[in-house]
Amino acid sequence: MAGAAWAIAEVGVDGLPTRLALELATAARLIAGASGGAAAAVVAGPDPAAAAAVLADYVPRVLAVRAAAGAGPDVARAIATLAGADGSRDGRDAADAPAPADTPDVILLGATPEGREAAGVLAARLHLGVLGNATALRWGSGDDGAPPGPRVEKSVLGGRAVTTSAFTAGRGIVTLRPGAAAASPSGAPGAVEAVALAVAAPVARVVARAAAAGRSASVEEAAIVVAGGRGLGGPDGVALLRELADALGGAVAATRAAVDAGWMPFDVQVGQTGRTVRPAVYVAIGVSGAIQHRVGMQDAETIVAVNRDPDAPLVEHADLYVVGDLFDVVPALVAALRARRT
Amino acid sequence: MRIVVLVKPVPDATGQERLGPDGRLDRSAAPPVLNGNDEYTLEAALRLADSQGAEVTLLAMGPAGSQDALRKGLAMGAARAVLVTDLALAGSCALSTMEVLAAALRAIPFDLVLAGADSADGGGGVVGAGIATLLDLPLVSGAAAIDAAGEAAVRVRRIAGGGEETVEVPLPAVVVGTQLLGEPRYPTLKGIMGARAKEMAVRSLADLGLAPGDVGGAAATTVVLAQRPPAARAAARVVREAPDAAAREIVDLLIARGAI
Ligand SMILES: Cc1cc2nc3c(=O)[nH]c(=O)nc-3n(C[C@H](O)[C@H](O)[C@H](O)COP(=O)(O)OP(=O)(O)OC[C@H]3O[C@@H](n4cnc5c(N)ncnc54)[C@H](O)[C@@H]3O)c2cc1C
Ligand SMILES: Nc1ncnc2c1ncn2[C@@H]1O[C@H](COP(=O)(O)O)[C@@H](O)[C@H]1O
Repeated sequence: MAGAAWAIAEVGVDGLPTRLALELATAARLIAGASGGAAAAVVAGPDPAAAAAVLADYVPRVLAVRAAAGAGPDVARAIATLAGADGSRDGRDAADAPAPADTPDVILLGATPEGREAAGVLAARLHLGVLGNATALRWGSGDDGAPPGPRVEKSVLGGRAVTTSAFTAGRGIVTLRPGAAAASPSGAPGAVEAVALAVAAPVARVVARAAAAGRSASVEEAAIVVAGGRGLGGPDGVALLRELADALGGAVAATRAAVDAGWMPFDVQVGQTGRTVRPAVYVAIGVSGAIQHRVGMQDAETIVAVNRDPDAPLVEHADLYVVGDLFDVVPALVAALRARRT
Repeated sequence: MRIVVLVKPVPDATGQERLGPDGRLDRSAAPPVLNGNDEYTLEAALRLADSQGAEVTLLAMGPAGSQDALRKGLAMGAARAVLVTDLALAGSCALSTMEVLAAALRAIPFDLVLAGADSADGGGGVVGAGIATLLDLPLVSGAAAIDAAGEAAVRVRRIAGGGEETVEVPLPAVVVGTQLLGEPRYPTLKGIMGARAKEMAVRSLADLGLAPGDVGGAAATTVVLAQRPPAARAAARVVREAPDAAAREIVDLLIARGAI
């Protein structure tokens, strides 16, 4: 059926779908609702049952794929087999396989490193186009000159323009930025189907592993993000930043300058080569707001900046811009926040 | 080790870049430069060249005017460059880009292909993974360090699932890099002089055995329907008060917005 939409869900370290995954599932349901197609979410992992149960609140059908790894190219290649319409569909367990008519016309993934990798694999395997980094998604009925299919908005030229794009054949893959769609449960629990898929053993052999200090997803999921830049000057500034994040109950993020200086992990870098965040509040401390940083945070609802330079680029994008030394303003702010609590 | 580094010519982000009437990037509005993220993978390749004697080839698909951008990569130390350029390629989508670069790679002997995390001109960070899939090669992404592991493998430290892991992958393989690979070197004067004598092969679609219509603008899977300026954000309230008063302003705003 035309317009069938699948969301490929990512799972956090807690084994549950990320907020972005719930947004994707909701978006798949809304796209399918508008197109008259069917919607499903796909979740892979060693034990996908718990995540699948949560996703079932958002989408009528969940395909729970048992795979040793939750993500990675081999899992993506296996999912491509599941999603493929014709010859590429063999190699999966026939008994558990969904009917061929249910293969998706629209595949939604997160615009995260894992989601982008899987999108590239799926595009190549299924011969589908990709619209990346969507900031909004809707169904187009075809009255705009393009065939019926998804309509995708994205921010281009470093935020100086917004384009609306379509797939020339009405089918394709979309990666969505966090917040491009709102997560909302459907009100009718969906069905979970366990799918046995042959996932190839990875050719790359893991020889060492190191856990991250913090949870990577927390920056993308946090309602309040407190980001520090080169202005932090070193460990003292970073300590101040962490105090502020604690006082606000927010997650810490960084500019590339702060990451390159070795003050903060790459994992929390926000921007073109880092993560995209869309929190309720983004507090930028000692951050100039270079275009490569802004593309990762400019859609935050409220932006507050503290910078001693009155003319840093962020002044054009903030709601409140405090001109001052962060070593004066941040301690005062932490004190004011703590005073409110007690 | 023979390394091919995929480098995308992108318009220099000087503020001059603009969209054409078709909503696609007007590639004549700003001169092409090497995509910033591809300089990190090039740096990683050059370090392997320094330590292992690896041979580095640049591969780009771009407009005819991309040679200058590629010269910079040659000046940094790459041995040669291959530019795939053809009028029929204007307006290529991501799928076409993967297919053309994969076809070009079939004609270049290599052990390792390096791709950047994403391209600055609206790329979705999908081309590296797509090429690995089309060529049926192992794929390792999120690379933070790449070292040789014997004759026929590389050891890659990579960002994965919030942590880090080190993997060994047999060659040939595709590795997608990050900025953690290291600050790209500047071309030396000697490098700049030497670059002029290096080979710059130019390939058309016909050279690759591809038909216009199967790839390129005519086969684009995506189309831009409309463009508009972004929604205007109200001008910032600029506060220049003493720290305590400034802090109160911030707290008041956060309360007003229901954030705390
Ligand atoms: C290909 C490419 C990809 C990139 N990707 C990213 C990315 O993903 N994320 C990213 O962030 N950047 C990215 N960059 C880098 C980006 O261009 C900027 O260099 C970077 O964002 C600057 O970080 P910053 O704001 O911390 O530093 P700066 O631009 O140096 O700004 C520091 C600010 O701190 C202020 N300051 C200094 N001291 C104090 C003080 N005591 N009190 C108050 N304010 C103070 C200064 O006035 C200044 O405005 C990328 C660049 C390239 C080329
Ligand atoms: N036209 C191109 N020529 C050469 N390499 C490219 C091209 N397009 C993409 N790439 C490579 O693929 C990576 C990801 O690009 P993208 O998927 O467009 O974001 C880039 O960093 C390059 O290494």
